Amino acid sequence: MFGTKKRRIAILIMMVFMFGIIAGCGREAPTNQQPAPTAGAINVGLNVELSGGVASYGTNARDGAMLAIEQVNAAGGVLGQQLNPIVRDCKSLPDEAMSVSAALVDENIVAQIGPLTSGNVAGSTPIMMENKIPLIAPAATATNVTVDDKTGATRDYIFRVCFIDPFQGTLMAQFAADNLKVKTAVIYGDTSSDYAKGLADYFKQTFTEKGGKILGTEGFVKDDRDFRATLTKIKGLGPEFIYVPGYYQEVAPLIAQAREQGITVPIGGPDGWDSPDMVTVAKAEALNNTYFTNHYSSQDTDPKVVAFVEAFKTKYNKEPDGFAALGYDSVQIMVQGLNDAQAADPVKLAGALAQIKNFEGITGNMTIDTNHNPVKAGVIIEFKDGKQTMNSRIQP
Amino acid sequence: MQTKKIKWTRILLEAAFLVVLFSLVQYSISTHMLSQYYQINLTSMCINIILAVSLSLINGFTGQLSLGHAGFMAVGAYTAVIMTTKLDYPFLAALVGALFAAGLAGFVIGVPTLRLKGDYLAIATLALGEIIRVVLQNIDYVNGPAGISGIPKLTTWAWLFGGVVLTLLVVVNLVNSSYGRAIISVREDEIAAELMGINTTKYKVLAFVIGAGFAGLAGALYGHYFYIIKPETFNFLKSFDILVMVVLGGLGSTTGAVIAAIFITILTAALQPFPEIRMIIYALILIVVMIYRPQGLMGNKEFSRQTLGRIWGGRQ
Repeated sequence: MFGTKKRRIAILIMMVFMFGIIAGCGREAPTNQQPAPTAGAINVGLNVELSGGVASYGTNARDGAMLAIEQVNAAGGVLGQQLNPIVRDCKSLPDEAMSVSAALVDENIVAQIGPLTSGNVAGSTPIMMENKIPLIAPAATATNVTVDDKTGATRDYIFRVCFIDPFQGTLMAQFAADNLKVKTAVIYGDTSSDYAKGLADYFKQTFTEKGGKILGTEGFVKDDRDFRATLTKIKGLGPEFIYVPGYYQEVAPLIAQAREQGITVPIGGPDGWDSPDMVTVAKAEALNNTYFTNHYSSQDTDPKVVAFVEAFKTKYNKEPDGFAALGYDSVQIMVQGLNDAQAADPVKLAGALAQIKNFEGITGNMTIDTNHNPVKAGVIIEFKDGKQTMNSRIQP
Repeated sequence: MQTKKIKWTRILLEAAFLVVLFSLVQYSISTHMLSQYYQINLTSMCINIILAVSLSLINGFTGQLSLGHAGFMAVGAYTAVIMTTKLDYPFLAALVGALFAAGLAGFVIGVPTLRLKGDYLAIATLALGEIIRVVLQNIDYVNGPAGISGIPKLTTWAWLFGGVVLTLLVVVNLVNSSYGRAIISVREDEIAAELMGINTTKYKVLAFVIGAGFAGLAGALYGHYFYIIKPETFNFLKSFDILVMVVLGGLGSTTGAVIAAIFITILTAALQPFPEIRMIIYALILIVVMIYRPQGLMGNKEFSRQTLGRIWGGRQ
């Protein structure tokens, strides 16, 4: 009996403790909900992938965005206020992206830059829509990022500064047929990614329309490392061009193995190839005669691009890639939006962003269309002895 | 009579505790005292508890090293999301459907693989978990690798709380039943258990099916909160995350699994403001815990009223 009584007391105490903990949480929360806005600063959230599968994209975009923020602040800020970046890692996971967005909303941000991949942007989308805060996606290329594919309605608060997936497939097909003048091609793409699947479809469509012939379609999946069997088969088909939509982790060893097997024809791909790892893994020689579509080239002689590349190199001691440029443009287009709106207000900013015309970005002149996609040109990058060189600019 | 009376008081007290806990959180959510950010992390916490407790039944109590838990979570998530978004079933039906679909998947996978031991079983479950993911990647009906997005947010605190309580009720009572004794005997010494007339395969499959079923429930709750599900989310790294919780909490302790799930969720959230060094700190903390508590936070002990009583009244 005595033991039971003690137990009851203990349980009661535990309940009191629990009550205390929960009540404590409750008191803490409201302060987070309405923090006093820092005087003279506009909070900008950076929700980017700094760890996990696509950490390389997030890190570079973060660097580009931070450079832009630094430059804007050095030039006197926006609307007389300084930009205050709040950087958070979403671990390349959509649920974490959602949690990070909610944390950023609590920080009273005016806009969120990122995440980079379409899936992670989707995770963040409901929070941004619910709180009516614009999300500017630097590199989310899936069509349904800015448009709800069930209703067909444009998402009011979701924007992007990159072109959409289909465009890159079309672009590479145009380049292969018009510039390289090839007649036959094989598609050897990542079948585990929707990004690659979409690119393959549009490449096929445009290439066929241009009078080319697709000799075969092969596939690999994420984390594949040995491509020799399929490459032997492709070699037997004897195409003049191989289109490899995929990410650099698989593409780099794939190209190395293709060259090993004596496949010398040009190989093309999308911006998923854009990583310094391409050269370190595949080696310079194997990469000769390979091309990929991208948002920008650091070799571009446009004075704006030259100035950006110079500033980026000085600050980070590395070459800015496409993600860095897109991160930079995301911040700059937001600044343009803030200036147009003449207020550091998320809702007004979204309205202004939707109206942006001829914004001069590093990655090209952009006009935001009704689906919140930028209308802009793309570039073809060629690997020459391990160096990324700009081959041409392709207008859609 | 005496014992029965005490038991009733206990049950009532426990129920009262649960009701108070539930209402307090519900109250803080409906009055917006808990911001969206805390709500999201609370959701992750509940889902992680269900996952960790269900895996702890397989790994901790039955001693079968399964690395395919994320696969069952995926089966549950996809089943439930298809049921609600494409077939218009109510959420409850979808949750039950997810529970049974994942349980069925656990049965189909468990029967052949649970005859394997140790490393072989680990590899087989890892592979089968990956097979589930790759299969989902190649089904156009569920949009392949892009996954299903635009899932309505049906998971509420009430469903989460119910899910956690149900999981704990089933797992704790199973472990304390005669079935549970048989399950633990399989872990302690499979040959000895077999000699005692225990059908080891049967008990292993039983634990596996129940564990898988609750992983499916967690997946269903996950899908209806986080707006998007894609196969990539349920890769083997997710399985490892859950395994880390179970090992950190202590193999063979439900309390440990719950504490570790809460601890890891809070740790992940708390490290968000330090993006650059986040994963390093996370790894360091895990290493330090494993060095100083190799048996996990709780070992194989449970936190119970008896423990509380001992703490309160000294040695009894």
